[in-house]
Amino acid sequence: MPFEYRSDIAHADVAFDAWAPTLEELFREAARATMEVMVENLTEVRPAQTLEVKLEQENEEMLLFDFLNELIFYKDARRLILLPGDIEISPSDSGLAVRATLSGEEITPTRHEMRTDVKAVTMLRYKVEQVPQGWRATVVLDV
Amino acid sequence: MNEPAALKRISETIWELPVSHKEGMLVPARIVASEKLIHEMDAGVFEQVSNVATLPGIQRYAYCMPDGHWGYGFPIGGVAAMDPGSGVISPGGIGFDINCGMRLVLTNLTAEQVQPKLHQLVDRLFARIPTGVGCHGFIKMKGDDFRSVVQQGSRWCLKNGFATQQDLDMTEEGGCFAGADASDVSQKAVERGYNQLGTLGSGNHYCEIQVVQPQNIMDQQLSEAFGLTTVPNQVVIMFHCGSRGFGHQVATDYLKLFLSVMERKYGIKIVDRELACAPFHSPEGQAYFSAMKCAVNMAFANRQVILHRIREVFSDLFHASPDELGMRMVYDVAHNTAKLERHLVNGSRKELLVHRKGSTRAFGPGLPGLPECYQKTGQPVIIGGSMETGSYLLAGMSTGGDAWFTTAHGSGRTMSRHEAKKNFRGDQLQRDMEQRGIYVRTDSFGGLAEEAGAAYKNIDEVVEATELAGLSKRVARLVPIGNIKG
Repeated sequence: MPFEYRSDIAHADVAFDAWAPTLEELFREAARATMEVMVENLTEVRPAQTLEVKLEQENEEMLLFDFLNELIFYKDARRLILLPGDIEISPSDSGLAVRATLSGEEITPTRHEMRTDVKAVTMLRYKVEQVPQGWRATVVLDV
Repeated sequence: MNEPAALKRISETIWELPVSHKEGMLVPARIVASEKLIHEMDAGVFEQVSNVATLPGIQRYAYCMPDGHWGYGFPIGGVAAMDPGSGVISPGGIGFDINCGMRLVLTNLTAEQVQPKLHQLVDRLFARIPTGVGCHGFIKMKGDDFRSVVQQGSRWCLKNGFATQQDLDMTEEGGCFAGADASDVSQKAVERGYNQLGTLGSGNHYCEIQVVQPQNIMDQQLSEAFGLTTVPNQVVIMFHCGSRGFGHQVATDYLKLFLSVMERKYGIKIVDRELACAPFHSPEGQAYFSAMKCAVNMAFANRQVILHRIREVFSDLFHASPDELGMRMVYDVAHNTAKLERHLVNGSRKELLVHRKGSTRAFGPGLPGLPECYQKTGQPVIIGGSMETGSYLLAGMSTGGDAWFTTAHGSGRTMSRHEAKKNFRGDQLQRDMEQRGIYVRTDSFGGLAEEAGAAYKNIDEVVEATELAGLSKRVARLVPIGNIKG
């Protein structure tokens, strides 16, 4: 299983672990785990719009933090439910950069079963680490 | 039972972790709870309230209220006052949903008058107040207009026809924290928020129709003073929401900024990154204080615009003006804020920066800052229970000084959202509640299941503990009959 919600920390919020063989895949799984808190049927989200994002940070941890926050930003600013398509992570002057395409569509209550709003990614128990099988993240979302 | 061995009982409702409990604690940590509630506290409360006690400049005690539970940085229910000269300001002591708060509004309608139209009323409120994930409001504005909103709060609403002077008088700080400068907020925060004025959001945010049943009046005199005895079985409206995406973005922006300067620039080491902070008088600390005030003002304006909509719906349905329907505000209380207040410390009055995270200011009688009409009663305190169980109106007490005149804010969760969703079904819950006389409309059955009453502590026990601790006195219990939820 690429991600799993946890009940043992932060009762009022939502915690999950995600893991993947590569950092790019980890970003994809963490994005899916974040969006699934808000949308029950992510498979119904059509790729009607595509955006490109480029973010830079000093390390993997802060880069994933910014990446997930980008999805939360578009949900409020443009009512978009987005999921990553292509993801490319490479070294940059300031540390690490991610280039990604984000595809999705506007929230449509008649087709999308909406759940609970994600307000923010928190730093509580937040961790991105390299493990023998690849990469692993622990994330607590404020809802 | 998660209580650490070092926890000592100080009185019937006060429990203390001494400074020896954890390295770096500068003051003891105190938890307000009955014996039953202290046994029900999750492990995060003890860990986090003792972490708060290590923050530079903290005065007297780090507190957690009886509805406390695991938060991030501070526990939910956390209270800490810092010396502004030597202390810090921490977004983790305020929360992402800055000035999430409660508002209570009176009507002169009886339950008997409302019941025949209850479904229509709830359906119309649900149609007129945007709810749910990513919802946008009905006021179309540009970024520059929105900057005025966040600097002026409810005053902007008054100028634009969404408020009365009485509304402002009945809101903490008149519905506007002074010193909010929109140049301290990011463009991203503005873009996230300017479409969301007048929206409820989701999660535990709701608008509820409630009844003041005569048998639930606990203090007749205070109930009269707060306007709850106009008619028997009086209908009132309570709602809960905050600063929406704007406030969440302000908190995220400054959490990142503080993490980058805290240790490198100011040499502050903390035990949990969610307690990221900066000296209050540093440029970063002052910029955050100003941006936080912008988010506080957005939340006041948000609740004010929602109130305007509620008045329109009642007015249309009951064919009378809001004035004729007696739709007056009792009060608006803020949960997630930091404020400069003057409090007694060792016999002299001192200015302190009071962080309240998931806790409510509860000024006792005679304290400056209360409107004239509440000088003798103390501040009305609105405590929302779960949507199934009912809520309370309380009053601040003169004995609340030790906890900087602060009390609980809700019932507090005991079950994770994930667990609640496994145990309850939203559609079934909606049917069960209707059978018990509570008509609910929601955007999300999944979200509804997460808010089931059994996922929360017992509200009666929580408010009783605050009264026994001398923080807030019970005035009346309010029973829900209708609810809209995001």
